[in-house]
Amino acid sequence: MSTNITSSKFSRRAFMRTSSLAGGGLLIGFNLFQACKPKAAPPIDLAELNYNDFNAFIKIADNGAVTIFSPNPEIGQGVKTSMPMIIAEELDVSWDKVNVVQGILDNENYTRQVAGGSQSIRFGWEALRQTGATAKQMLINAAAARWGVDASECTASEGVITNSKGETLGYGDVVNDAAALEVPEEVALKEVKDFKLIGTDVGNVDIDKIVTGEPLFGLDYKADGMVYAAVVRPTTFGKKLVSYDDAAAKAMPGVIDVVKIGAKVRSLLEKDPGFSSKISTSDKVAVIAKTTWQAMKAKEAIKAEWEDDGTIDSTEEMDKALTGLLDGNRFENLRKDGNVSRAFAQADKVLERTYESPFLPHNCMEPMNFYANVTPEKVHLVGPIQTPAWKAGLVAAMLERDPSEIHLEMTRQGGGFGRRLFGDFVIEAAEIADAIKKPVKVVYSREDDMMDGIYRPAIKYRIKAGVKDGKVTAYHLKEAAINDNMYDLIPNFFPAGAIENYQVDVAKYQSKITTGAWRAPYTNFLAFAEQSFFDELAEMMEVDRVQLRLDLLQKVKGTEDERIQYSPERMEEVIKVAVEKSGWGTKPEGVYQGFVNYYCHNSHVAEVADVEIEDGSPVVKKITCVVDCGIVVNPLGAKNQAEGGVIDGIGHSMYGDYAFKDGTPMAANFDKYRLIRMKEAPVVEVHFLKNEYSPTGLGEPTLPPAGGAIANAFKAATGKRLYNQPFSKYPELLTVPEKEIIG
Amino acid sequence: MPTYQFKVNNENRSVDVSEDTPLLWVLRDHLDLVGTKYGCGIAQCGSCTVHLDGNAVRSCSLTMSQVEGKSVTTIEGLSEDGNHPVQEAWKEVDVPQCGYCQAGQIMTASAFLEKNPNPSPEDIKSAMHGNICRCATYNRIYRAVEIAAEKMG
Ligand code: FES
Ligand code: FES
Repeated sequence: MSTNITSSKFSRRAFMRTSSLAGGGLLIGFNLFQACKPKAAPPIDLAELNYNDFNAFIKIADNGAVTIFSPNPEIGQGVKTSMPMIIAEELDVSWDKVNVVQGILDNENYTRQVAGGSQSIRFGWEALRQTGATAKQMLINAAAARWGVDASECTASEGVITNSKGETLGYGDVVNDAAALEVPEEVALKEVKDFKLIGTDVGNVDIDKIVTGEPLFGLDYKADGMVYAAVVRPTTFGKKLVSYDDAAAKAMPGVIDVVKIGAKVRSLLEKDPGFSSKISTSDKVAVIAKTTWQAMKAKEAIKAEWEDDGTIDSTEEMDKALTGLLDGNRFENLRKDGNVSRAFAQADKVLERTYESPFLPHNCMEPMNFYANVTPEKVHLVGPIQTPAWKAGLVAAMLERDPSEIHLEMTRQGGGFGRRLFGDFVIEAAEIADAIKKPVKVVYSREDDMMDGIYRPAIKYRIKAGVKDGKVTAYHLKEAAINDNMYDLIPNFFPAGAIENYQVDVAKYQSKITTGAWRAPYTNFLAFAEQSFFDELAEMMEVDRVQLRLDLLQKVKGTEDERIQYSPERMEEVIKVAVEKSGWGTKPEGVYQGFVNYYCHNSHVAEVADVEIEDGSPVVKKITCVVDCGIVVNPLGAKNQAEGGVIDGIGHSMYGDYAFKDGTPMAANFDKYRLIRMKEAPVVEVHFLKNEYSPTGLGEPTLPPAGGAIANAFKAATGKRLYNQPFSKYPELLTVPEKEIIG
Repeated sequence: MPTYQFKVNNENRSVDVSEDTPLLWVLRDHLDLVGTKYGCGIAQCGSCTVHLDGNAVRSCSLTMSQVEGKSVTTIEGLSEDGNHPVQEAWKEVDVPQCGYCQAGQIMTASAFLEKNPNPSPEDIKSAMHGNICRCATYNRIYRAVEIAAEKMG
């Protein structure tokens, strides 16, 4: 269970090195997630920061100013602010002395330089604290040596070191001495209660640049001589390019070149097949022009011929295939406790329901794009990517270059949501740059972005529960999904451990439609299915719906089953606080509530939706969201994440629908694909539980419960239960029966 | 290619582009003003919002012949030092997550408040409804517009 407060010891020597900078000041290089190269030394010149040796640096200048070269990709989840906050806390400098710079990262050995799975803070927490604390101790040691006193007689706070006589030295005064010292083996971390910066509201470090429109994003990046590429790609999954006519395109203004790409990607896929279900293997045609618009226009003038290449899928058939899988018996078992069949046979009552979800595109606001320049010396890649190390490695393999020649810079990212984990666009940019021998930026149009996606797969769940003598005795969850099934931790989420006979089985249908992670993979829909089911189960059992969940949790307390992921105590606490904060069960007539509790990404969340009837339809007015994600580093940013997750969850369960007809996506842009907008966004009231647990995921966990919370509230309001998403597709279920409006 | 003359952020500019080139790409690729963002290209998302003679418009769907002789303000020119009341309110509330949509949001809000300095909650929601924020920072956008209205009023 994830309830440990203290964590393992680090050897600081193994992951930190220091040097003094040529221009004065101390540079500390460190590796967040692994030991750095044994012989590595940080450079003495900032221009030579080598991220092959370290993945992050702290510079303390001799005027005391601190620069943190932040290692993690920023996709909007705020780590560019919160990770440096953790260093600054332990280093004990005031935040206004800290400058944060996005590191340039090109290390093929990165293990966790990934913005995904809400894990950046969770993995970085201990290492970042150790780093800050070690730097502080070295500065104290340097000051103590200067004064000729013992380091234990000195303290440091807000960038100033004080000895027992009350004499003071600023960090800047001793950086050059500190740079010559050994890295200490043991340092003390602060007590949580002594935190000064962590837990306070800190604004986004890029805010000034964002509100004035400075270049920050991949699409904003420019280099000398850079040209633009727009790519003709198959608009149908399961087709490949046969031939194309580029005569008209080549005659258009600004067009520099038209090249066929794809061969290099295919040879890469032979070496690394793990990537293949996430990427199209067809040839594509890249139109190179002087400006983005010229490339986009000329792309439209390419006449391409396509032919079938494997199965061409339509939503309708895939739907039938998934139902067939649920009805069949070819499952893989992921967890089995007791004997569900026997328990169902002996049950007084049985409830079985099926829930269906569509494919979803990510629709990052900034369409996919990447810059590449392939020269004999190096391969320069710049842009928004959530997995830089993985992609740098693939590019090296594809172009048969030494990994040290791949130089990848990350920009700020206009949203990720899982889409930028895949980096098919990085590979594409590299292949084009290699072909044309010019610096080039590949720009996806919104249509490319939506129609050449790596979608949230369509999934169906069937849940069956048995009740005997007023107790839930059996629970059987079946999943039928496109391409991939749930990851192996999920079967150990709630209600695993709470029900004696419990089983999770999965099956999948292979399609040419590319699928992958989408914000809170699997749980983004499973939470709705499971928590709607519990709501209905409580109705069938004629018990209080919140009490049913609390009763089940009691059985998990003190469990010795190490596989169980959630903490019943922490879950119980979020439930109780949500009941209190939402006024659960005490609302005036006309306000209908829906309840959900959920665990994912190591965080526990409970959400209550308040719905009112307007013009005969239920409208979501407010969500109360209670989150236990351990220590909240930056509440201002955390609230933004939590609120966004809730509204995103509502938006996609209400409106998100992406269908395919004969392999072709039925929507290409926002005229046909609906995203939630301001008028549909309810008030979101976020409460974080205060505790001393290490921080856990926040970018994702508030999203999954939202769909279930509103569906349960809709049921309370209309008497009608929703089983399929998006809800807006079923207007007849989103109305109050006529007579009730009149009455 | 025809030449178009217009004002951007109070400076006279002249560009040679084909007549179908949208203002958005002239700003981004020709004039290096990349604060104005591309989101959909079909006037659906609001990322590309700029002011044309003081009105909020979708630069992705304006051709240069519609801009000729007029005055365009982009996010870079909204204020001298990023201190327009709307920008100040955005900082105060710490609105952005990824930040990509925010220039468009700010340009929509600033043109709207210029015309309606005392908006009702419904006015604000209607004015901002056309701008998508994929990170769903809608509630902070709403609060920031309210605060900006107070600052401007
Ligand atoms: S890019 Fe112009 S409205 Fe979307
Ligand atoms: S802040 Fe990311 S799209 Fe609005």
